[in-house]
Amino acid sequence: MMTTYDILVAHPFLAGLPPGHVERLSRWARPAPFRAGTRIFEENGRAKRFWLIREGCVHLDIRVPGRGDAVIETIGPGTVLGWSWMFPPYRWHFGAVAVDQVLSIAVDGAGVRALCDADPDLGYELTKRFMAVVVERMQATRIRLLDLYKAPA
Amino acid sequence: MSTMTAARYRVSDRRRETGDTVTLAIEPVDEPLPVFRPGQFAMLYAFGVGEVPISVSGYGEDGPLHTIRAVGATSGALCRAEPGAMLGVRGPFGRGWELPGPAGADLVVVAGGLGLAPLRPVVRHAMADRDRYRRVAVLIGARTPDDLLYPGEYQDWRAAGLDVYTTVDRATAEWGGHVGVVTELYGRLEHRPADTVACVCGPEIMMRFAARGLVGLGVPAGQVWLSLERNMHCGLGHCGHCQLGPLLLCRDGPVVGYDEAGPLLTVKEL
Amino acid sequence: MAPVVLSRLNDLFTALRQDGRTIIGPTVRGHAIVLTEIGGAADLPYGRRTEVEAGIYRLRPGDERLAFTHTSGPQSWKQVLHPPRQQLCSADRSADGFTVTDEPEPSRRLALFGVRPCDLRAIAVLGHVLGDGERYAARRAEMLIVAVNCTEPGGACFCVSAGGGPGADTGYDIVLTERPDGTYLADSGTAGGEAVLARVPATPASADDIGSAQRAVESAATRMGRTLPEADLRTLLAGHRADPQWDDVASRCLTCGNCTMVCPTCFCTSVTDTTDLTGEHAERWESWESCFDLEFTSLHGGPVRESNAGRYRHWLTHKFGTWHDQFGESGCVGCGRCIAWCPVGIDVTAELHALNAHPPDGDLP
Repeated sequence: MMTTYDILVAHPFLAGLPPGHVERLSRWARPAPFRAGTRIFEENGRAKRFWLIREGCVHLDIRVPGRGDAVIETIGPGTVLGWSWMFPPYRWHFGAVAVDQVLSIAVDGAGVRALCDADPDLGYELTKRFMAVVVERMQATRIRLLDLYKAPA
Repeated sequence: MSTMTAARYRVSDRRRETGDTVTLAIEPVDEPLPVFRPGQFAMLYAFGVGEVPISVSGYGEDGPLHTIRAVGATSGALCRAEPGAMLGVRGPFGRGWELPGPAGADLVVVAGGLGLAPLRPVVRHAMADRDRYRRVAVLIGARTPDDLLYPGEYQDWRAAGLDVYTTVDRATAEWGGHVGVVTELYGRLEHRPADTVACVCGPEIMMRFAARGLVGLGVPAGQVWLSLERNMHCGLGHCGHCQLGPLLLCRDGPVVGYDEAGPLLTVKEL
Repeated sequence: MAPVVLSRLNDLFTALRQDGRTIIGPTVRGHAIVLTEIGGAADLPYGRRTEVEAGIYRLRPGDERLAFTHTSGPQSWKQVLHPPRQQLCSADRSADGFTVTDEPEPSRRLALFGVRPCDLRAIAVLGHVLGDGERYAARRAEMLIVAVNCTEPGGACFCVSAGGGPGADTGYDIVLTERPDGTYLADSGTAGGEAVLARVPATPASADDIGSAQRAVESAATRMGRTLPEADLRTLLAGHRADPQWDDVASRCLTCGNCTMVCPTCFCTSVTDTTDLTGEHAERWESWESCFDLEFTSLHGGPVRESNAGRYRHWLTHKFGTWHDQFGESGCVGCGRCIAWCPVGIDVTAELHALNAHPPDGDLP
């Protein structure tokens, strides 16, 4: 039976994080499964935690008047869901829905902020990892903005 | 055939694929041209309008299939051709996909937008010779769900043992699938990078990012193949229009290895 | 056959006509020496020197006895080998579609008279590019080449550093060297040339005749006004794609394309399909095109080489660099036409020297 610590150590997002850091994070972490179709968080809801996705996919969406819930992006296994817990006002900018059965580890936002304030080294390690994800998604978004598949004028 | 004079073909079937894309099945009126290998292209002539290079997207009973997007006068005229209409065809031209791939290799096809058209012969080859390869994946990206090419065939591809994954840039309300750029589908692959052969086709920037992503996963650059495109007039290496640095794409391409193409694609205005 | 001395050049014209040939050669027209159909030796540009520099071409008076004291004019032999406009085929609507008709290549038994060694090499270079085409091969097969060695280099010439020289070595049927007294040393290079030369009244050449002609050509090789840098130009150009020199030359270049029109090896063409007013008859034509044209290379509906710098870099790199990758040799024969006929006087040798003096592309910032 895997402990939360075992799961965190094996998760790609935390790869290379020293065991001591992982151990302290694991005290703020717990398994969080979601059935297909479950809304994980609402746009504008309070951003209290983030999730390391182990299995399954999540759709990030936003309610567009006249269009309903528009899906912005699909987040898959091996990466992290949720950034807004890092910065005030700690509110979600988008919503998130489980596409299929999702297995994840939920990590308490306030707890991790306190850990990072107390230990800048852990703070730096986590910031680097979040930055990498943001950079990758930003580049992908920029490519989509180019609308490359559109027919030439 | 080294000639600038078209052979006559007739449209035997016309199938609308998306709002601006059509697949024509053509059959020879006179002597048939040699077989078009996957990745090769023809110069298709619409009477009195002009000629454009179009890759072969498959083979029907009587001759090649060509999937054409209406973006100008000639391609527009070709897209309007009904069964029975006559076209001019020159070819086959160019270097095609490196098939068959090594026995036991993991094959991945990465298609963006209309890029799936020149890749469909690769998919059909893998289906016909499925046991030659270990894993075969087809990753398809499109602008919206309505722009996906050949969606009716994906089930057959899966049934033949291919892993088919799709993604769109913009979802519609009914779309339940992946939303994002096609490189995000790499997470689904169970390929061994060193033994992977990748065939990539789509807009040039998409191919650059797709190839870079594959190399980042450990696939050797020489095993990533791109299908490049430039305007072409002759198809014979005589008119000079299709140059990309040292390459004449009608002759040294359109399929070029990423080890060779990569450094060329990053030079502005090459 | 041993070399001979001709004293009446017109006898060679007679022999060529007896061989069924139409003779294309240099003659004065307007203020330049052009290549066109000529009737006899009298049509040659006797007594005309050319003053040639970057952006300058002038005819000047010279020795009246001599016809070949001029250098390359604005035209080259590619206009007969690779005509500026040619119809390839036609198509006509029919009951069930259309019929296609090949346009036959008109048979022209030509003699190219007065081909300089640089242009001889250019003909060979063009043949390596286009020679696998049926029409080109048919045209070339019907041509007999009378080369003329150079004893006086032109102001813009740099054939020696381009890998050639003022003496013809191969590719000719007959070769002439003009002597100071207006007679010609003549030799054949093929059986066809020998057969023609055999019908021309001539006296055997002495060792002295041969020696003095040889020395005159060798001397010309030492008096070239320009040289290319002594560097592997293919590597140089591949390693200088980001050189600021491109913007420098681009600020002068008008992208007029003169260089590509006068260059004896530039081969690029465009193919156009047109119909007549009835829409029943269509024709496919091929015509010279220049890579300096904005739309020359395009992708997804727009030009690839938008800037002057991009297009100039493409032309120079192709000519001296990627031509090696594509055809196994340099595309330049050092004739100097592009330098003379550039309206702003851009000198390719100077541009290459500038690139050679700059450091290669480093890692992009």
